[in-house]
Amino acid sequence: MNARLLNWFKFSSPATFYPLAGRLVPIFTLIAVALIGVGLYMSFFVAPTDYKQGEGYRIIFVHVPAAWMSMFIYLIMAFWAGLGLVFNTRLSGMMTRALAPTGAIFAFLALWTGAFWGKPMWGTWWVWDARLTSELILLFLYLGYLALQGAIDDTRRADRAGALLVLVGVINIPIIYYSVQWWNTLHQGATISMDNGSKMGVTMLWTMLIMALGFWAYTIAVALVRVRSIILEREADTTWVSELAEVRR
Amino acid sequence: MKARHKRLGFLAAGLVGLGVAATLVFNALDSNLSYFFSPTDVVQNKAPADHVYRLGGMVQQGSLERGQELTVKFLVTDTANTVKVAYTGILPDLFAEGQGVIAQGRMGPEGVFVADEVLAKHDENYMPPEVADALDKAHKGAPTGVANK
Repeated sequence: MNARLLNWFKFSSPATFYPLAGRLVPIFTLIAVALIGVGLYMSFFVAPTDYKQGEGYRIIFVHVPAAWMSMFIYLIMAFWAGLGLVFNTRLSGMMTRALAPTGAIFAFLALWTGAFWGKPMWGTWWVWDARLTSELILLFLYLGYLALQGAIDDTRRADRAGALLVLVGVINIPIIYYSVQWWNTLHQGATISMDNGSKMGVTMLWTMLIMALGFWAYTIAVALVRVRSIILEREADTTWVSELAEVRR
Repeated sequence: MKARHKRLGFLAAGLVGLGVAATLVFNALDSNLSYFFSPTDVVQNKAPADHVYRLGGMVQQGSLERGQELTVKFLVTDTANTVKVAYTGILPDLFAEGQGVIAQGRMGPEGVFVADEVLAKHDENYMPPEVADALDKAHKGAPTGVANK
């Protein structure tokens, strides 16, 4: 038990995580480029036309994976935030901070593409129904976290304050996910769910899953790049950073 | 008990407390968060009689009447009850009989819901046209003996 714990804690040290992240970045970048490339080709040329919505539905291949990611990144942030508060590890706060901008981008993308889809299909850009409103709140949570974390100079205190905000906001995630079941909303119910499987054509489903996996790989790659620069910034005064080949020059 | 166990305990208690609070709040708000009322709500007088609200349901098959110029009348159903809706204006592309719809407006004097905005509600199904055709045929009791789905 003790040995296993020790092993995990080894990677919570920025000095060991920094080179590991550096090795992982190119791998995930490659996966992301390949999957999103294939996914976009399938979205535009392979996936069949929808029986009711025609070609306009193709925006869901970006919209749905972006919305999934916006929720999932928040959960991962909450995980890191909780870990940081309990174990007081430095890396957790850095990971939370590194993931937040990507989460905010995906939340914005989900709202933006949703508006583009909504205008021709529903007849409106925006409605204040439970699904759309709770997703907008998610975007504000990301922005609020970034603002709060950035407003405090002492990084350890900034991380703790941010972690609390992230954990309080985690209540919003099940609300977004179940909003279409709990209340009458204009937004349709889940096409792909754990209880009912999928309600879309097979090719469409694969296209969407490939896009989602591509977004995953992108998120990991970009978060690792970001966490590496956060580590360098915060540990600038340490000897291990001054001994790095890329720093010494 | 180490300090980190204590912190974990605080964290867990905090999250549980938050969850309970949220559940209570949403129970109290209940249907106030719903975007629309169903025809059954309207028939049971749960919808506000004297101000604007939204009515949601399915456009009943064969109920669409086109009146003068852009005026249309149709029945909105949730299979249990129906409400008649009158609307003047441009309908969204997805508007059709058998399709989900949300109309915003108020109840008129003769029990006709007068809408000033009509939105199409899409369902969660996405499929190629061939599949939709096949399902349609199977649904109507296919002569080829395909099992009804």
